[in-house]
Amino acid sequence: MTTSTEAPPRAAPPGTPAAPPRWRTQLEEALLPPLVAILAAMVVGDLLILSMGQSPAAVYGMLLEGTWGNAYGFGQVMFKATTLTFTGLAVALALRAGLFNVGAEGQLAAGGFVAALAGWMLPAGTPWIIAIPLCILGAALGGAAVGAVPGTLKARFGAHEVIVTIMTNFIVLALLNYVVSAHLHVPETLHTPEIGAGVVPRFGGPFTGSAANASLFLALAAAGAVWWYLFRTRRGYELRAVGLQPDAAEYAGIRVGGVWIRAMTVSGALAGLSGINYVLGYKHYYEDGFAGGAGFLGIAVALVGRNDPLGVVLAALFFATLSQGGLAINAVVPKQMVEVMQGVVILAVAVSVPEVRRLLRQQRRAG
Amino acid sequence: MLVLAFLLQTIRIAIPYLFAASGGMIAERAGVVSLTLEGFMLSGAFTATLGAYYSGNPWIGLLCGILGGLAMGLVHAVACIRYRADQIVVGMAINLLVVGLTRFFLHMAFDSSSNSPRVAGFGGEGASTGLGALASNPLVWMGLLLVPVMAWLMFRTAFGLRVRAVGEHPAAASSVGVPVSRVRYTAVALSGMLAALGGVYLALDQHQFTDQITAGRGFIALAAVIFGRWHPVRTAIACLLFAAAETLQIQLQAFEIVPSQFVAIIPYVLTIVALAGVIGRSVSPAALGKAED
Repeated sequence: MTTSTEAPPRAAPPGTPAAPPRWRTQLEEALLPPLVAILAAMVVGDLLILSMGQSPAAVYGMLLEGTWGNAYGFGQVMFKATTLTFTGLAVALALRAGLFNVGAEGQLAAGGFVAALAGWMLPAGTPWIIAIPLCILGAALGGAAVGAVPGTLKARFGAHEVIVTIMTNFIVLALLNYVVSAHLHVPETLHTPEIGAGVVPRFGGPFTGSAANASLFLALAAAGAVWWYLFRTRRGYELRAVGLQPDAAEYAGIRVGGVWIRAMTVSGALAGLSGINYVLGYKHYYEDGFAGGAGFLGIAVALVGRNDPLGVVLAALFFATLSQGGLAINAVVPKQMVEVMQGVVILAVAVSVPEVRRLLRQQRRAG
Repeated sequence: MLVLAFLLQTIRIAIPYLFAASGGMIAERAGVVSLTLEGFMLSGAFTATLGAYYSGNPWIGLLCGILGGLAMGLVHAVACIRYRADQIVVGMAINLLVVGLTRFFLHMAFDSSSNSPRVAGFGGEGASTGLGALASNPLVWMGLLLVPVMAWLMFRTAFGLRVRAVGEHPAAASSVGVPVSRVRYTAVALSGMLAALGGVYLALDQHQFTDQITAGRGFIALAAVIFGRWHPVRTAIACLLFAAAETLQIQLQAFEIVPSQFVAIIPYVLTIVALAGVIGRSVSPAALGKAED
């Protein structure tokens, strides 16, 4: 798996020149792969732009202008980054436990659905101080329920979580499609009725018109909470220990199966929470297919963010910029260019992580 | 008559699964995870459409489709074997990449975001389910013949033995002189070409490429591999079973007895049940997903 399994640096034999300090090697090992990947993606982007007979500098300029260059574009970037921060955190937390959660897509849909259901069932006029927490709790529970399944099957039967989460994605999306299309939709549409309570306020001022809303603060708080959980609590320590070396963790008295179940449940809850950004903050209903691949992109966000909460937030901003930027350049280059670039980023990170580790180790040995 | 129609439609739906699952089985047997089947199929479908469009000949399309699958197979192989990248991540990346690439070039070649123009295909006109249309499509025969061929390849040839050896115990295979990396490269390349044929079948059967034409079929094929416990004949039976369920869903749709979504999830539920060990133990190749050191 992609969890970091770096060996402790070898003690330098006497007489050799001092190796670079440990923090520097660690920083290089963490930052080099994403940088290489972004560079590779830009080169591929250049080729695609040139194949359309356009100038790369001009197109990248348009991409930046349409995202960070004006308030509306930046609002959209913040909106997309909010969803991706949650799904990225979900994937990253599971990866820290050595588990690959490919099921964020289904967990996100389930979370959004439960949030919409809660907001719809609450009587209109319920005070926000009650309604919003209830809807948020619903989103977390919906995602957690879906995430707990692969965790439990892994702990009890050794069923590989990757296959199970892929299958649960299809199952959850099909069942939600059934419930919405057969029982809960507004006629002529594939979405549920609007929620009567639990609306999260949109950003005003310069961002009026964009979908950015206060869910962003919840995403940032979640990043902080995940950091605290992973690095400052006993359970987080157990989780990381299981991720690094399950056998050793078991020997140290940690119940590995229990940690797997917990990690997948929390991961599912985080993915479920990303549903609130769209459902409570933007459209105010659950719509079939609203997840739109954000769960899968969460894998990319976690990888580029190197499974670190701060890294996840930055990577979410990067991928949100790309996806919003695609719309900005669509007039001259098909927006699908950014989908290709996203694929290249993931591929390049996957390839360069073991390669960078190997090269740094070689360098360290050479002194 | 109803039974015959049911049977024919089942075969028609099963053909792409048979191709893709054969590819998935051989790669996984060699120890390389096959989350890429969807991408291989989509890539094959697109390059086959391009080939058939520009040449007007479905056989050239078929050849281009195989090459398209081979190209993606080699990307997967180099990343996983040469660079020892995480096979699951690479698989997801290739799937995303192929969706993006096919959309981009669909735009560039045909100026459309949804489908290509009509291209030459095999057999009769239109999406006929008749016996004639099915029997006149060479890809149908290739798909059906693939089952005994794969069984023979895996269990009666030296190559098959080597594939199984590097998937179960690469170190042992290496110690008796089996070139582990080369066998894995071959298996993954084969897997790309085979899965691509499934996509070729879809595109040439519908006489056009549509965005995401594979619609998750690569994952159903992967489910068939797991449900068939990585055995060629059992995998083929799983493909037919899943295709029969799908046919049933289409036939039942008119009567609205069971919601179609409930039938659509049958393959996925069965796979989870199989993985949980309810019907016989499902044991994957021992070295699956592990890069050779």
